[in-house]
Amino acid sequence: MSDNSLAITKLSDLANPTRFLALAARLIPWLACLTAVAFAVGLYLSFTTEGDYQQGETVRIMYVHVPAAWLSMMCYTVMAVSAIGTLVWRHPLADVSARCAAPLGAAFTLIALITGSLWGKPMWGTWWVWDARLTSVFILFLMYLGLIALNRSMDDPSKAARVGAVLILVGFVNIPIIKFSVEWWNTLHQPASVIRMDGPTIDAEFLRPLLVMAVAFTLLFFTLHIAAMRNEIWRRRVNAQRRLAARMAGREQ
Amino acid sequence: MTALLLRDLKLSVRAGGGALIGVLFFMTVVAVIPFGVGPDLNLLSRIGPAIVWIGALLAVLLGLDRLFQAERDDGSLDLMLMHENPLVLTVLVKCLAHWLATCLPLVIASPLLGLFMNMSEAAIGAVMLTLLVGSPALTFIGAAGAAVAVALPRGGLLVSILVLPLAIPVLIFGVSASYAAVEDPAPFLPPFLILIAITLFFAVIGPLAAAVALRHASD
Repeated sequence: MSDNSLAITKLSDLANPTRFLALAARLIPWLACLTAVAFAVGLYLSFTTEGDYQQGETVRIMYVHVPAAWLSMMCYTVMAVSAIGTLVWRHPLADVSARCAAPLGAAFTLIALITGSLWGKPMWGTWWVWDARLTSVFILFLMYLGLIALNRSMDDPSKAARVGAVLILVGFVNIPIIKFSVEWWNTLHQPASVIRMDGPTIDAEFLRPLLVMAVAFTLLFFTLHIAAMRNEIWRRRVNAQRRLAARMAGREQ
Repeated sequence: MTALLLRDLKLSVRAGGGALIGVLFFMTVVAVIPFGVGPDLNLLSRIGPAIVWIGALLAVLLGLDRLFQAERDDGSLDLMLMHENPLVLTVLVKCLAHWLATCLPLVIASPLLGLFMNMSEAAIGAVMLTLLVGSPALTFIGAAGAAVAVALPRGGLLVSILVLPLAIPVLIFGVSASYAAVEDPAPFLPPFLILIAITLFFAVIGPLAAAVALRHASD
């Protein structure tokens, strides 16, 4: 383990929770400030650029919707990397990271679903379509909720993390299959009738605020993630101290 | 390995009739559908393949939490973990036994339900064939879920929630292959071959994940 590459030794330095907490304490204010600035610029750009000539003002929903959808997928990737860290290197922080990323991922997926629904009502005339993309995002949301439920239902956090990591990885392998199969299923039953915006075809007028908002959302994710990891470590320490105190109290009598 | 296969088969057939309960559940689910949508035979024959597939999916999920639970209760799971045979192989054999005991009866019972649903002969045959090919994938995915459930105090329902999203591709391709056999323009072979590919894929992923989960759940 020790004669592995530099990256792993560096990561294993972080395995000491105290060292991680010190790093988090230094990082979180900076990340929070950067997030606030990026959001200020992004929101300013979002509200000052022109509306679409067809969609009017509702196109501004996109500046929240699309970054949230990207983040929902990135968050699952972060969880999958953490799961590998848990299973392969037994990195103590990896299970904390996977555990904390699940609620964040669920929240971003929910934001993407709700804003998409709000956008769909004026544009498509319906709140929900069983379109390929909508369906696969909804399944992703269900998987996040299932993983959170799994984490909650086990008493021992390290055991929950290791068993949960297996499911995260199976899900990660499966997500491309689900996405592909859902698209296939959709083309069979409903020919492409849904307006879709591909990245390159989008006008620069919309692209600028979109990219700034994407950066802002990513920063927000990492801020919240590191903060949640810090809280989780503190929570475990408090639990350990309480257990210790209970044992000491029992001994005194 | 053969001994394990026979042992699991005997257990599931003799002890409590778990396999037959699965078939009974399958028939009940399918029989309840006409009460919900009304006894319109045209409608039933149109949605019949989908109903039979969903019924089979639910019936497979119902039996899954028992895949490793009994072994854990009487301690033989620890023996399997310590055995010199690779755990992946043991899990694969257990999956096969489970499939033979609970899914094969479903496949055999499906033509009868197809008749109830007023499906044509081609549709009945297609549903039976796709179920035969697709249901192993459900068992393999479910094995990973069942291995996770072993660690949980009350895992049954949670495992269904975790496994059901993963089983969606199997359902999609199974149903679309069944429809393709009846409707002319859509070709039958591509979705059918993809279904076979999914089954083979999960025959590798499922036991592997289940073995890892079992190892981590036991200590």
